[in-house]
Amino acid sequence: MTALLEVSGVSVTFDGFRAINNLSFNIEAAELRAIIGPNGAGKTTFMDIVTGKTRPDTGTVTFGERSISLLSLSEAQIARAGVGRKFQRPTVFEDQTVAENLTMALKAQRAPWRVLFWRETQADRDKVAALAAEVGLSDALARKSGELSHGQKQWLEIGMLLAQEPRLLLVDEPAAGMTLAEREHTTALLVEMAKTRAVVVVEHDMEFVRRLNCKVTVLHEGSVLAEGSLDHVTRNPQVIEVYLGRG
Amino acid sequence: MSRTFFAKNPSVLWFLLILALFTLAVTVLSEAYGVAFISTSFVKTLGKTLCLALVALAMDLIWGYAGILSLGHMAFFALGGYMIGMWLMYARTDEIVVAALAQGGLPATAEEIRQGVATQIFGVVGASDFPPIWYFAHSFWAQIALVVLVPGILALVFGWLAFRSRVTGVYLSILTQAMTLALALYLFQNDSGLRGNNGLSGLQNLPGLDAVSQDDVSMWFFWASALALGIGYLLLAWVVSGKFGSVIRAIRDDEQRVRFLGYSVEGYKLFVFTLTAVIAAIAGALYYPQAGIINPAELAPIASIYLAVWVAIGGRGRLYGAVIGAAFVSLLSSWFTGGRAPSIPLGFYTIDWVDWWLVILGLSFVAVTLFAPKGIGGLFDLATGLRSPNRRGAPLGPDDGALMEKEAKE
Ligand SMILES: Nc1ncnc2c1ncn2[C@@H]1O[C@H](COP(=O)(O)OP(=O)(O)OP(=O)(O)O)[C@@H](O)[C@H]1O
Ligand SMILES: [Mg+2]
Repeated sequence: MTALLEVSGVSVTFDGFRAINNLSFNIEAAELRAIIGPNGAGKTTFMDIVTGKTRPDTGTVTFGERSISLLSLSEAQIARAGVGRKFQRPTVFEDQTVAENLTMALKAQRAPWRVLFWRETQADRDKVAALAAEVGLSDALARKSGELSHGQKQWLEIGMLLAQEPRLLLVDEPAAGMTLAEREHTTALLVEMAKTRAVVVVEHDMEFVRRLNCKVTVLHEGSVLAEGSLDHVTRNPQVIEVYLGRG
Repeated sequence: MSRTFFAKNPSVLWFLLILALFTLAVTVLSEAYGVAFISTSFVKTLGKTLCLALVALAMDLIWGYAGILSLGHMAFFALGGYMIGMWLMYARTDEIVVAALAQGGLPATAEEIRQGVATQIFGVVGASDFPPIWYFAHSFWAQIALVVLVPGILALVFGWLAFRSRVTGVYLSILTQAMTLALALYLFQNDSGLRGNNGLSGLQNLPGLDAVSQDDVSMWFFWASALALGIGYLLLAWVVSGKFGSVIRAIRDDEQRVRFLGYSVEGYKLFVFTLTAVIAAIAGALYYPQAGIINPAELAPIASIYLAVWVAIGGRGRLYGAVIGAAFVSLLSSWFTGGRAPSIPLGFYTIDWVDWWLVILGLSFVAVTLFAPKGIGGLFDLATGLRSPNRRGAPLGPDDGALMEKEAKE
């Protein structure tokens, strides 16, 4: 079985600074993977590359059974190919209601003409309602998302990702700004989602990563420092030195 | 157009009702079909105002909804005017030339007539042949098609180049200003084929309708303008009401995020840019026959800036705001600059409104932007108790065109 996402030999330089350095790793089709690493390790930049926001200087990124190269696709094409992304800070459309946000994200035709003549069916309404229920926003469907709390915005964004039905989900620090109960709910949701798709989670919080109970990749200075179970990597002396030792 | 559409957008019905009542009132008060209370020239002013309201709607879609501050849409408006103007001028001159040649006794050949028309039209710029761009000028339907095609294709090509290279914000505004300026400068040349700075004139005279007075013609155009505005409003209200409206407002506030949802932002921008250019062109095609004349000064960069000012004063991001802004400011403007506002003698200085109106307009624009960003349309929010959310000054998205806190509704 080939991997869903294959990153190999990728390097990115910003003004002479090597943010990603010969990075290689694979993600399987239904895998939960946590990526940890100190600030500036290149975790967000890695996501930028996979989603088409940043173009690498060298290396290849391929996706899916037919191993299409993501490097030649635009952000929108990559998203349509099945890569969903949750940002570090919650980004939802604040002037629009929760329902509108979810509807926009629903898997459907994306071309302007199709969208212009798109009309909401009962099935769509049900899907939106189900998604809202799943992320605990049932009562907020008609509210403008700008009014939501920080945690609720995180939830809405997760809901939008679910609506997109991506095959690969990249989640940047989902637990930031969440209460303990919300974190537990998030963990459960991520584990559940990873049963049917690949989920890559970037997180600083070790407790959170432990609860995910999955393979961990440690990034440092733009490349993989260690990979394995959380216990395995936390025993690695190099990891202890660059990351845990400072915590 | 289902019942739920109007139920969800009650302002559309209100708008159409008010527009219908207004049209009826003007008809009843007109010289041609009513009690002759309103002069024909004022009917023309009102008809032109409706056309300006239509182009303001287009501006609101592109700027208020999609967040693209285009400062070139009056170029499309003027191009629409030029396209219809070519047919009007050709057909009118053709009639006159045929009549004049008929006096000579011998029946004139088609070539003689064509030559005569060309000399009549282009004598003023020292030419006597039809430039290639007049190839279709004899055909009404061809020129009608060009009203849509020429501005539409220009918008498509310009938009494709600009959006594809992800030019946004101020840079895009400057680029659109450059486009309209370049077009104007080109048209100012005598050999542009559109009579240089003379422009096209006599457009108020409809071919074959010599016997009909301007009283009637002005009403016809008024009705046509009202109809176009009504249809335009309905169309745009429908466009912004559904998911498409959601997507373009999302692009306005945070286009990068929209890309990650899988929507091609460039495609949407191009679509909206071209659609609004075509609407602007149709508005222009109705406007210039009422104005009677069009020349390259109509494409001056300032014209497109005024358009943005109207929309801002009316309140961007709501369709009726654009209509109110355009109607209010342009009528006021024609009152002040038409010499009808009495000058105010201060002894040492006389305030002459023709000069001072622009200062007032500029100041009110600044005042609206600073103190009432919702514009005149915001009064409706006051009346219905809608307030702005308290976001401690944060706009609703990271992009340049994003809705500002004070523009938003809770
Ligand atoms: N667009 C950019 N231009 C210049 N430098 C950048 C850019 N994006 C990232 N960097 C740099 O690349 C490095 C890696 O950044 P990145 O955001 O990927 O780190 P991170 O692992 O996500 O860190 P954090 O845990 O703080 O989120 C940092 O040193 C950052 O300053
Ligand atoms: Mg980061």
